[in-house]
Amino acid sequence: MSNVAIDLNGVTKSFGNKVIVNGLSLTVASGECFGLLGPNGAGKSTIARMVLGMTRPDAGKITVLGVPVPAQARLARRGIGVVPQFDNLDLEFTVRENLLVFGRYFGMSTRAIKAVIPSLLEFARLESKADARVGELSGGMKRRLTLARALINDPQLLVMDEPTTGLDPHARHLIWERLRFLLARGKTIILTTHFMEEAERLCDRLCVLEHGCNIAEGSPHALIEEHIGSNVIEIFGGNPQELSSLIRPYVQRIEVSGETLFCYTPDPEQVRVQLRGRAGLRLLERPPNLEDVFLRLTGREMEK
Amino acid sequence: MSEGYAAALPANAWNWVAVWRRNYLSWKKIALASMLGNLADPMIYLFGLGTGLGMMVGRVEDASYVAFLAAGMVATSAMTASTFETIYAAYPRMHHQRIWEAILYTQLTLGDIVLGELAWAATKAFLAGTAIAIVAAVVGYAAWPSLLYVLPAVALTGFAFASLAMVVTALAPSYHYFVFYQSLVLTPMLFLSGAVFPVTQLSGPFQQAAHFLPLAHSIDLIRPEMLDRPAGGIALHISALCLYAVLPFFLSMVLLRRRLMR
Repeated sequence: MSNVAIDLNGVTKSFGNKVIVNGLSLTVASGECFGLLGPNGAGKSTIARMVLGMTRPDAGKITVLGVPVPAQARLARRGIGVVPQFDNLDLEFTVRENLLVFGRYFGMSTRAIKAVIPSLLEFARLESKADARVGELSGGMKRRLTLARALINDPQLLVMDEPTTGLDPHARHLIWERLRFLLARGKTIILTTHFMEEAERLCDRLCVLEHGCNIAEGSPHALIEEHIGSNVIEIFGGNPQELSSLIRPYVQRIEVSGETLFCYTPDPEQVRVQLRGRAGLRLLERPPNLEDVFLRLTGREMEK
Repeated sequence: MSEGYAAALPANAWNWVAVWRRNYLSWKKIALASMLGNLADPMIYLFGLGTGLGMMVGRVEDASYVAFLAAGMVATSAMTASTFETIYAAYPRMHHQRIWEAILYTQLTLGDIVLGELAWAATKAFLAGTAIAIVAAVVGYAAWPSLLYVLPAVALTGFAFASLAMVVTALAPSYHYFVFYQSLVLTPMLFLSGAVFPVTQLSGPFQQAAHFLPLAHSIDLIRPEMLDRPAGGIALHISALCLYAVLPFFLSMVLLRRRLMR
């Protein structure tokens, strides 16, 4: 097995005359966590489905775990665990039965499955819920069960489509902690998300998608350095248009998103001086993060 | 056929068993209620029509009306059980509950799933048909040894109707469309296939049409056995049912692939 887990080469997919993925190429190395970032409709889920061989590309080549997909997707999927965007657990069954039934789909014997269930329940912190029906679980527990289910075949690669969407912060942090544990054990993860914090915390590398095109790729740190570089001041509480003309001479770049002004400047003090004495304004200075990169690249009312 | 279609076909001869076992585990929890539900309808027909109409009708094809009807009800119960399992249970597993989608994350193919669902629906048809046949034997409308021949025919009938219903499942945008299949296909078939009265009572064109109906072939296999008569055209009836099991299966695969794996 090479050290490339996923390789997409010039992959294109359209539904009708709408292009969803447009000549996309990317490579995910074994053992890394790779993020697909993008606004809704950027093609993230379609890419995840193509990696699994559940959607056929119109053009381009896909190789997953060393085999061509979709031609030999079945072989690839033996080494993949999937956490979908929407839970599709079996509601008629208990937690334990869900794992048992799913293990059988991989051709595992009942005995082999029963041998791994305790460790999966422990991993997902669901030991006390083993015999509860899925319908009784909270949203966070369902996600953790879905994650445990994805691990039943001891996969090398995990494909996750918005793994923490819809979860409260506690549940989300617990999932992140579990995913870091898996990464430490050498698993490869490809995840789609529109939570910048999630991408920044988990991903070794990521790419930003828009209209099915890869518009930036790199480590979160490198992307922030490359596209933002300076500290950020968020200004809210005033008229964004008026304020931006006032401070424009003192900043590298200004972006307006809704009623918030994002100023990118190496010299925050100058901006503060300009705005001194204005009532009702709130200023927040912070280091740049991935959200700034995202806003800049996917362009919201961008101004230069 | 395209390479993609080939990849979606059953991967091997045993993968479908995992899907069958999933459905079995689910059914075990409600087995009694499910059995009663499957049996009540044909039993009521059998004894309701059989005794009520039977008194007026007298003998049909040289048998008591109830005995004549019993074979029709065995075949019909298999038809209904496997159809309902496919449209009212497999459809939500595919559509609302997204269970098929989860299975497609594993090493199973779409063909494995469909085959597992068909085998499960045929199993339920087998249970329903067997129960009626046993009741018929107990009350003396069928000879016990005949069941040896009747039961495989019931299973094959279940497969054929599951396969047909799978096409309907693949096409249906929602539950509401199933009523068309029930009232425009299954109910007329019940009356055209000789389940409740002999096909010879029909006018010429309808008699001709009956030759093409899977339920008619099923009844022609089952009734002579249960009434202990010489059967004719067994090979033809079995072949026809096999065609009805196999061709819709491949058609449903084309349709389901288009629906689920775009």
